[in-house]
Amino acid sequence: MSIPTGHRLIACQDCDLLHRQRLLRDGERAKCTRCGAVLYRNKRNSLDRTLVFSLTGIILFLMANLFPFLTFQYEGRVQESVLFTGVKELLVQDMWMVAILVLMVSIIIPLLKIIGTLYVLLPLKVNRRPWRAAFMFRLVEALHPWAMVDVYMLGVIVAMVKLSDFATIVPGAALYSFAALLISMAAASAALNPHEVWEQLDVADRI
Amino acid sequence: MMQMTTADDSSLINCTTCRLVSRVRRIPKQSFPICPRCGAQMFRRKPNSLARTWALIIAAYILYIPANVYPIMTVISFGKGEPDTILSGVQSLMVSGMWPLAVLVFFASVTVPLVKLLGLTFLLVSVHYQWRWRPKQRTILYRLTEAVGRWSMIDIFMISILVALVRLEAIATIEPGTAATSFAAVVVLTMVAAMSFDPRLMWDAMEQRDG
Repeated sequence: MSIPTGHRLIACQDCDLLHRQRLLRDGERAKCTRCGAVLYRNKRNSLDRTLVFSLTGIILFLMANLFPFLTFQYEGRVQESVLFTGVKELLVQDMWMVAILVLMVSIIIPLLKIIGTLYVLLPLKVNRRPWRAAFMFRLVEALHPWAMVDVYMLGVIVAMVKLSDFATIVPGAALYSFAALLISMAAASAALNPHEVWEQLDVADRI
Repeated sequence: MMQMTTADDSSLINCTTCRLVSRVRRIPKQSFPICPRCGAQMFRRKPNSLARTWALIIAAYILYIPANVYPIMTVISFGKGEPDTILSGVQSLMVSGMWPLAVLVFFASVTVPLVKLLGLTFLLVSVHYQWRWRPKQRTILYRLTEAVGRWSMIDIFMISILVALVRLEAIATIEPGTAATSFAAVVVLTMVAAMSFDPRLMWDAMEQRDG
């Protein structure tokens, strides 16, 4: 059996040192006195900002997946591709393991992450606790390193430059949406304060 | 001055998911206590951290060889194939004068995986022999290996985009090579390896001789 020790103690994730938790001012962060890891932060309007960027993210995600991503022009031949085409072509070429990995980290996991964040935070905004909130938020946290929209964007740039000598590559609406999605997801991650969400879920539980 | 007391010293357990510190009265046999706040399993230290991390990085070392030896993709134009390995891809970027990109791809595809593999090996050895040397710097090295790993995926994403774009049957097509699968596996394995390593083990060695 386990019982919480109250909210006064916090242990460092990296070196296990115990600290007494203090109230922080906006924008302040508490660091471990032994190893320097960030213990917790106080972010201003964290919930609102995360919600705004996640809602923007949903719209941009749809645009990035539905509109043409890149158009390839070579001696009068025009070939249009969408975000999913890469996965499809990898499957056609029998590279199914790589195809599934690319599909997961560039499309499915970013989508799950945005939906999961909204699922937990929207009800919290109106002081409600969604069904299986803890499980969902644990999932959102676990998915974080596997949502690779930012890395994918760099891959796009490298591919475009590689082909620039040989053919004309025209960026489509989806590419711009994807770039904006990367910014809104990064902003949502920067705004999110997991520490605060867990404490709010804890309070919501007791009402 | 504050006292150096760890959660473990005080028979407390830190939930690595939601950071709630709990007192565990009775640890159930063959299972882990559940965090009262977030419902995740809690453990004093990540279970079998060393064995798991070793297994994952040994697998990654093995796959690192085919990832670099075999072609990662082949550009087939007018029936002729031009295979590219990871390194020759960087070289061709350099030859065409795209220095910043060559540096970026070299960093992401060569430096990052190597630094991760060697860094984790070093950390594992340091825990195994209970070194007391610079735990703070070693912790920073750990955080670095954990943060930087995902950027190695650039090459894999580049291939998926090239494959999608260049589909001019007879004139030019791009075929992903066997190294792509190995390289993707190296990236995933090292990411999971970094997650399964527990940096607190380095600090445990610091306390053992003190106490």
